[in-house]
Amino acid sequence: MSASALPSTRSAARKPDAVSRAAGEAVQKGAPLVTLLDVSKEFPNGVTALARLELCVRAGDFLSLLGPSGCGKSTALRLIAGLEPTTAGRIEWATGDAKLRPRIGFVFQEPTLMPWASVEMNVFLPLRLAGWSLRDARPRIEEALSLVGLPDFRKAMPRELSGGMKMRVSIARALVTRPSLLLMDEPFAALDEITRFKLNDDLMRLKQEMGCTVVFVTHSIYESAYLSTRIAVMAARPGRIIAEIDIDAALPREEHFRRESAYLQACANAADALHGAMDARDHL
Amino acid sequence: MSPEIPHITAPEDEGLTIGTSPGDGRREGIIKARLVGVVLPILVFAIAIGLWELIVRVNGIEPFILPAPSLVISTLIKDWGTLSLSLLVTLRTMAIALLLATLGGVGIAVIFAQSRLIERSLYPFAVILQVTPIVAIAPLLLVYLDSGTAILVCAFIVAFFPILSNTTLGLASTDPNLRDLFKLYGAGRWRELVLLRAPSALPYFLGGVRIAGGLALIGAVVAEIAAGSAGHGSGLAYRIVESGYRLNIPRMFAALLLISLTGIFIYAILALVSHLLLRRWHESALDR
Ligand SMILES: Nc1ncnc2c1ncn2[C@@H]1O[C@H](COP(=O)(O)OP(=O)(O)OP(=O)(O)O)[C@@H](O)[C@H]1O
Ligand SMILES: [Mg+2]
Repeated sequence: MSASALPSTRSAARKPDAVSRAAGEAVQKGAPLVTLLDVSKEFPNGVTALARLELCVRAGDFLSLLGPSGCGKSTALRLIAGLEPTTAGRIEWATGDAKLRPRIGFVFQEPTLMPWASVEMNVFLPLRLAGWSLRDARPRIEEALSLVGLPDFRKAMPRELSGGMKMRVSIARALVTRPSLLLMDEPFAALDEITRFKLNDDLMRLKQEMGCTVVFVTHSIYESAYLSTRIAVMAARPGRIIAEIDIDAALPREEHFRRESAYLQACANAADALHGAMDARDHL
Repeated sequence: MSPEIPHITAPEDEGLTIGTSPGDGRREGIIKARLVGVVLPILVFAIAIGLWELIVRVNGIEPFILPAPSLVISTLIKDWGTLSLSLLVTLRTMAIALLLATLGGVGIAVIFAQSRLIERSLYPFAVILQVTPIVAIAPLLLVYLDSGTAILVCAFIVAFFPILSNTTLGLASTDPNLRDLFKLYGAGRWRELVLLRAPSALPYFLGGVRIAGGLALIGAVVAEIAAGSAGHGSGLAYRIVESGYRLNIPRMFAALLLISLTGIFIYAILALVSHLLLRRWHESALDR
């Protein structure tokens, strides 16, 4: 599908420095979109997944949550999405009300497609639940599928797709509502490095094109340094943020960014923070 | 001047590769293997029947001790008038019982899915009905109900449980991430049930119906034997009891044969329905 076949409203109607919200107004770029204040999460089995987490997601951010397995990254993301209540602390939205929070897209660690439904019906789901008819939703579905490079797979069933293609369908499903906040939980962790690099580049351009804010969970230092404008480094037991690293380089970035000092510095800082946290634990 | 549209594409999977057809030699081999797979069981079955016929003839066994297969078939044709009426009675009982069990089992499973508490309070009743042998319940039911209804209730009781337990399990076995997704997009209970839980439960439900089909037949037969009464509504099992009293063993075998065929028929139909409903997506129905 060519670019001109896409509805023009998406890129044309929006001011470059603003992010759209469900309520229709815009949060200025750089202003807090959602803030986690002193948030703790304890599970019924007694595990403290997060302790006194402070985190501010700003409109336009590409924020990575980086940390070792089990440090509470997924939990933090689920709290933001409202899939799980906090045990203590508050989550504040720029709108002042969780009910008026911006439209959210969520990409799970696994593709999480409905195996009985075609690719099209899977991508249709968020709009269907919002009361759209399939006929009205079709242009949106086609748009989302061509954004992820699968315009010809509408009728395919999930089992006919490779792992990477399933993940892209899952991303298309998150994009179909044109969310202003995209939450992604290690979406590329199960993919090979070559595919991952490609998807990283595409994701960055997609973010710029859609003008959305992204919170991206990963356990790869390199992936977070390449993609993000800010990295929140987390440590485990209890889950907390031990460092925030700003990366001053415009998005989208290209392959040569991996050789620039901003990238290398971010990698070094993130690694230092992670090692620092581990050493501190070893000396306890 | 059109904006550049970013595409998320992976280099290696641009299209679905269509499997190359196997070479002629291989295909021939596959066909031969399939043929053997069909022909061999039929052959073994025919040999077994032939042996039976041979043993009866060589030893001159009396028909009231063991009738030859040929005699069973000729009795079936001769008594078709009576037997076919009984077959219809049994089939009807089974069909109604299976239908009621499906409606009841699914309905109650949906109620169970709404609340753990309801499930916990009601499940014991279902288990009690299931574990108490139907042979023991049948005489009791015959005290309270007329024989036709009692037979129907017996068939229902045995068919009900597998549908209930399988559907309950299926409704509870949805992918938790998909459940979260529905929650994220603000889906209500009803839409979650229809769009998510029902399709996830379908394979489990169909498995339950397949078991229930066979059990409904067993339930009907057991109850008919317990009822043991004649009348216009006497099924195949009653014909067996009656033939036993009259020492009409060939007819007994003929009725037995019809019961077996009924069971096979029901199973085949339900397996076919299940295959047609699941073949596009479920592992159990994919071509291997
Ligand atoms: N539903 C739950 N019940 C009890 N404990 C849980 C639950 N979910 C997560 N946990 C615990 O909370 C901690 C954080 O889990 P979480 O899934 O957020 O980690 P993560 O950082 O996403 O790890 P990974 O990188 O492996 O996905 C872990 O110790 C885990 O055991
Ligand atoms: Mg996780």
